[in-house]
Parts: sequence; C-alpha cells; structure tokens
Amino acid sequence: MTSTATGAVTADGCAAPDQSAPIPLSVDLTRETVITGVVSSAEGEPVGGAYVRLLDASGEFTAEVVTSPAGQFRFFAAPGSWTLRALSRAGNGDASVSADRGVNEVAVRVSAA
Amino acid sequence: MSRETALVSADWAEKNLDAPNVVFVEVDEDTTAYDAGHIPGAIKLDWKTDLQDPVRRDFVNKEQFETLLSARGIGNDDAVVLYGGNNNWFAAYAYWYFKLYGHGDVKLLDGGRKKWELDARPLTKDAVARPATEYRAQEPDLSIRAFRDETVAAIGVKNLVDVRSPDEFAGRLLAPAHLPQEQAQRAGHIPTAISVPWSKAANEDGTFKSDDELRKIYGDAGLDGGRPTIAYCRIGERSSHTWFVLKELLGHEDVKNYDGSWTEYGSLVGVPVALGDEPGEA
Repeated sequence: MTSTATGAVTADGCAAPDQSAPIPLSVDLTRETVITGVVSSAEGEPVGGAYVRLLDASGEFTAEVVTSPAGQFRFFAAPGSWTLRALSRAGNGDASVSADRGVNEVAVRVSAA
Repeated sequence: MSRETALVSADWAEKNLDAPNVVFVEVDEDTTAYDAGHIPGAIKLDWKTDLQDPVRRDFVNKEQFETLLSARGIGNDDAVVLYGGNNNWFAAYAYWYFKLYGHGDVKLLDGGRKKWELDARPLTKDAVARPATEYRAQEPDLSIRAFRDETVAAIGVKNLVDVRSPDEFAGRLLAPAHLPQEQAQRAGHIPTAISVPWSKAANEDGTFKSDDELRKIYGDAGLDGGRPTIAYCRIGERSSHTWFVLKELLGHEDVKNYDGSWTEYGSLVGVPVALGDEPGEA
C-alpha cells in the first residue's frame, strides 16, 4: 500500500478504496476517466452499503464497489459507454453513462422489484 | 470434489453458526468490513498481513501457516467455512491455501458476504476468541500452484485461462476499474490464453452458477477438457475463484492457479505478450 498526500490509500490488491474519500492527489484527472455518483432509493434517500457494479459496453462485469454511508461510489474506467448496476436491500437499479476523461457524475436510482 | 463438498449455502451456514467443529472465517484485503459487522462467531484473516510473507513476494510458508491457524484457534479436524467481500475473491484465494497446505474439510460460503448482507442475515460486532490449537500443515501441494516458467512453457500447450475483465485482457486497462490505472508493467495477456472473466461463473448476488451453466461457459470459450489448465488474473485472487470453479465444482483433474499472474508476467523481460481481444499465436 502507498499513502498519498491526502491520506487516501492506493491498494496493491483489489479491495475497494474508501468510496467517500477525496480522489487521491496522485490521480491525474487529465488521464483518468472517473465514474462517480450516488445510489438513492425511490424516496430519494441515499443508499449506503449498496453493491454497484460497472458493466462494459457488451454488458460484461468490469468492477464492483460498495457504496459509502452517503451512497457514494467511484470507478476508474476508460472513455466509452458503461452501465452501472446496483443491488441493495432497498431494491435494484441501473443507469448508463457515456464517459469521457475526467470526472463523470451519474445517479443510480434503486427500487424494490 | 463437487458442489456438495466444496460449497455451502447461506441457509446451511445460518443453521450451523453454532455447530461444533465448524469455524467460519471472513477473508478480505480490507478487514474494516469485518470490524463493522461479521457473521456471528466468525474469525477474520487479512489477505495481506496474515496470508502474505511480509518481506518476499510470496505467501506464508508451511510454518507461518501453522502458526497463524494455531493462534486463531483452527484445528486440523475443524470444518472451515470461508467467506468474504469482492464476490469471495479473497475467500477463494484462502480456500486455495487451505487446500495447498492439505486441510481436510474446507468450504466456501456461496455468495459470500454480499449475499449474506443482501439477504439481511445476522451480523455482529462481538469480538470472537477461540482457544489456540496446535495446527499441523502438510507440505505444499504444488499440483495446484503454477509458477512463471511453467506458465511460459504452457503457451500453446495447456489451457491458459485469463479471468480478468475483457478490457484488461485486451490491454485497454491495467487493473480492475475500481482502482487507479497507474501500474507500470506492460498491458495485454499471455499468448494463446482464452478470455473467460471470473464474473461469468457468478450470478450478480455472488453465488456460483449451476454446474450445467458453468460447463457451457468454459466449453463455449474453447477450454479443452482433455488438457491441463492454468488460470491467472492480476494478482492471483480472481483466478482462485476460477480455479475453484474448474477444480472443485466441475472436478477437472489438472488445474493450477498462477498466483504471480499478470503483475509478474507483465513485468518479465523477453516473454511474449498479446494485445487485443483474440488469444493470439504461440
């Protein structure tokens, strides 16, 4: 593990970094494609502890994180079309995004089936 | 090995939380999830601090494994039920260790921590202490572990299964997309490797697909059942998940996990690397 100036942690392995932490200073936003946002319920409340997966343009799984208590998630992807799929006790939901370099914000709404 | 001996359901686990000689073990790289709430009675293992050698790039040796399990209160005759986050990646990695060191009865909890949470099953913050044991491990079973030279020699000869995401396979990404893309080694895959992302084997709640579905997935991808197989990913944990599927659920004879995986192979001097979505030539 390496600590950055913000105190955020970049793992050598695959554990999800803290989803509510600021983006580490070591991340170059002119090169990285960050997809981030909040999962919320049908009532508009943020859903913490939701499992959010990033699917590529063919629908294939790319990564998965668990949302922060404020419902936040974040992925480091590449420019292109992506789908976000959230599973939670409050229900499931999808959202799609066409991402460019830099920070791409996307909201995911979940509702009981 | 089969689904009946290698896997337990969440229902079975919840009914057996207090069963004698059954030890639940949560395995993760980030153990803050355990600390915020774990399956009642479960102990934790940290993928990095408990299971990796602190100096060399290798995992714990036989003596270190014995010391760890003895201190955590796991006995040779205990049934060990492993679970974790990240769709059981690190739990599957630990399962592979337990097999490597010859533990008799070890199982994965189907769906891991995710299904347990989504089902709203009980979690507790209560501290868990188990009396120490005198655990004795077997010599490592290297028939399930591949090293780099045999992986290079396997190009065009054995089944090589790259279980990373399609973009990592093709060389468009260097790491899973929840991590910054800043590694220095070369991108791509081992020539002749077929791409079967680990996630193909799992449902979205983290449980494994049925044996029939799994056989079709690997058959359609071109896995030759008559040849030995080496699975790899980036650091060897996602490929443990696929190793578990091929060896423990489907019962393939000769399946190895190459735990050096792409972080080793993609940094080797002079080895062939393929780019793009096709396996490439030997």
